[in-house]
Amino acid sequence: MKNSIAERVFDFLKNYPPFNLLSKDKLMDISKEINIIYLEKGKILFNQNDTNHNHFYIVRNGAINLYKNLKKEKILIDICDGGDIFGLRPLISKENYVLDAIANEESIIYGIPIKTFEAVSENNLKVNKYLITSFASKSFDPYTNEQNNNIFTDYIVKDKLKYSNLHSVNYTKKPLSCTVNTTIKEAAIKMSNQKVGCIVVVDDKDIPKGIITNSDLKNKIATGLFSIDISVKEIMSSPVITQTKKLTVLDAQLQMIKQKVGHLCITIDGTNNSKLIGILNNHDVLASLGNNPTVILKEIKRAKRTNEIRKIRSKANLLLKSYLEQNIPLSHISKIISEINDAVTIRVVELALKKMDSPPPVKFTWLALGSQGRKEQLLYTDQDNALIFEDTTTENYLETKNYFLKLAGHITKSLHKIGYEYCPAEMMASNPKWCLSLSEWKNQFNDWIINIDEKAILLSSIFFDFNAIYGDTDMSKELTKSIFKTLNEKSLLYTFLGKEAIASPSPLGFFRQFLVENNGDHKDSFNIKKRALMPLINAARLLILSNNIFEINNTGLRFEKLAEIEPQNKELYQSCSYAFKALLKFKTKQGILHNDSGKFIKLESLTKEEKLKLKRCFKPIREIQEVLSHRFNLSNKI
Amino acid sequence: MKFNWFQKKVKKALPTFFIEYENNFLEIPKLTIEETKFIVFDTETTGFHKIKDRILSIGAVTLTNNTLNINNSFETYLKQDVFNPETVHIHGILKNGNHTKITELEALKQFLKYIGNSILVGHHVGFDVTMINQILQRHHLPNLKNKTLDTEFLFRKSKHAVYQNTLPKKRYTLDNLCDELNISKSDRHTAIGDAFITAIAFLKIISRLNKNNNLTVRDLF
Repeated sequence: MKNSIAERVFDFLKNYPPFNLLSKDKLMDISKEINIIYLEKGKILFNQNDTNHNHFYIVRNGAINLYKNLKKEKILIDICDGGDIFGLRPLISKENYVLDAIANEESIIYGIPIKTFEAVSENNLKVNKYLITSFASKSFDPYTNEQNNNIFTDYIVKDKLKYSNLHSVNYTKKPLSCTVNTTIKEAAIKMSNQKVGCIVVVDDKDIPKGIITNSDLKNKIATGLFSIDISVKEIMSSPVITQTKKLTVLDAQLQMIKQKVGHLCITIDGTNNSKLIGILNNHDVLASLGNNPTVILKEIKRAKRTNEIRKIRSKANLLLKSYLEQNIPLSHISKIISEINDAVTIRVVELALKKMDSPPPVKFTWLALGSQGRKEQLLYTDQDNALIFEDTTTENYLETKNYFLKLAGHITKSLHKIGYEYCPAEMMASNPKWCLSLSEWKNQFNDWIINIDEKAILLSSIFFDFNAIYGDTDMSKELTKSIFKTLNEKSLLYTFLGKEAIASPSPLGFFRQFLVENNGDHKDSFNIKKRALMPLINAARLLILSNNIFEINNTGLRFEKLAEIEPQNKELYQSCSYAFKALLKFKTKQGILHNDSGKFIKLESLTKEEKLKLKRCFKPIREIQEVLSHRFNLSNKI
Repeated sequence: MKFNWFQKKVKKALPTFFIEYENNFLEIPKLTIEETKFIVFDTETTGFHKIKDRILSIGAVTLTNNTLNINNSFETYLKQDVFNPETVHIHGILKNGNHTKITELEALKQFLKYIGNSILVGHHVGFDVTMINQILQRHHLPNLKNKTLDTEFLFRKSKHAVYQNTLPKKRYTLDNLCDELNISKSDRHTAIGDAFITAIAFLKIISRLNKNNNLTVRDLF
């Protein structure tokens, strides 16, 4: 039988632990068995030493006071408000109640039969863990009152970030060190070469004696207080604070605050009389504390191996997830993630250059294409990239090209290792077709623009969104200029791009149902990229190119710029920008959920509300396609 | 052929389910207010005409000692040929909606079994009882036998004598009641939702009437 009240109860319970840790079905089973109890103010639900009820309770409205009766007085232990659970421990330990529960005000509480709860929560590790934590922390001591709420926020946070401050710190092994005989200048050069902010001064037995940090150099040297040719001994901070390597993150943080230092030396036995094995700075602590974009960026810049970058990049995914959960605006999220993606690429190029036997023979530019070029890449996607190298003499051409092909090979391989799949269409700089000199690129684009065919359109729609990530930006600017020059002479390309933009099939069928894939691996899934995102991306690109604007690649920003240029269409452009961001966010969430690119959406997994939201985003797609077909006269030419 | 002019028209035998229902009333034990079972119910109908209109849905919950057990609630949707598009916007039940529907007779059987001899509580309960009685009459059965309580009546009663005169003469709707008693109005206008809201209102009114802790069931009528 249908039970609407149970559904209402379900909606309430699902927001509170431990019920939020149960599956939907199981929580529904519980919801159906619940007693709803009405208590007037001052009404007693149970007394200390009463035999326990077969139910435990959660407060729906109002509040319940828990008292402990001592010989002479009655002490208020806790006030449970909406969502708080009480009366559970005696049921599990099979004891009588140890407290009085009295309504503080007119209240409605839900009674949950312990049998039903045990039946559904059995084998649920998370629920058991929650109960153990909450029992352990609720010691029924009046002084724990205020912290009661913290107990469960704490728990939730831990669960989400999968991290506790009690694990040991990740310190820097083999720290940079120098002897007391080193001059300040030498020490500073060492620090600068290694790109680190501190150096430990050790004696001949490797026992740490002092430390010099960037701020010492700033405060004592740059101010002219000391000369750079004297011994480090003169300016080092001493003694150093030492710790063992078993130090937990929490302790490390406390030590730093207590000692007012930014660095801790890790020694073998933790005393300042044993050998130095590592150093820990507040940045390391911050890094262990979790996902902070600045920390991630710094780590990427300092990474020495592809594997390291891979680890760091995966942290960015956790960051992305928590951002989406916190509902941070997508434009902000994509800015941060794009920064991280770009930093990864830059570091990979830097590392690849080190692998080469010689420095590059001429200047070059590494271009990101497609979604990375548009700064819309949130999850790992395929690599789309290209390389421009400076024009060279005919006799040197082949050698130069081979050099860059080899370099690009290293780069794409590393990117692949980090998590960016190879592009199935081989649109990568390691492909000889996409590793060209500047004049070759100019010719290539001119050729696409003048001699248009379907294939050229497909390619150019990816290549028109290029963005220089590494190297000389002048060449990419020159290429852009050349492209626009040709575009303005021959505007036929617009027609073709327009055709492409409106050719993307509408996301909805005649009866407003979603159009799904008819065959293949993703049969009956909705392709959100092809049917919803691409039409918007294509439209934005075409409109922005036709306005002769080339410095904006991001689709959302392109629409916003268009809204500025064409006030008469402001509303439409703004809704396109909004729809695009909403759809991209949707795709990203789906991707995180299913651990893929999020491109294909199983419709049955969506709630009705989500479907409605999606459909709302489709409206501007249809309208923008109409604008395109008018403006570029497309209806006549198809 | 034998005429039997004076023989009373043979009373049609009542169906078993109704006899079972009636048997509940042979002996009603005296209970305290804590022991008494109250059934709070509501119906959604195609309109307010007792002959022309029909019940579309019945929702009911059981209250004993201030406790409502969800497991023991009643929610049912009825198949009806009468359909009134004008009231759809109130109750949201479509002619071919997606609720599982049962026949009027089946709903009646289930409802009688559910209520037994309990006291029926409802907001403007008279109308709901009339509509149920109409079903009984259509099936040539006698009227409901349960005692009934109207929450509007009880609410007026719960007001202090001083204020009784100041109460509006017009009827108190369930919405007015919710506002005065500070009850959330979610799920309003589904039978079960209204039954639930009425139940909460009933509990609140009872607690107001029971200020001296000596309220008896008899006092309610």
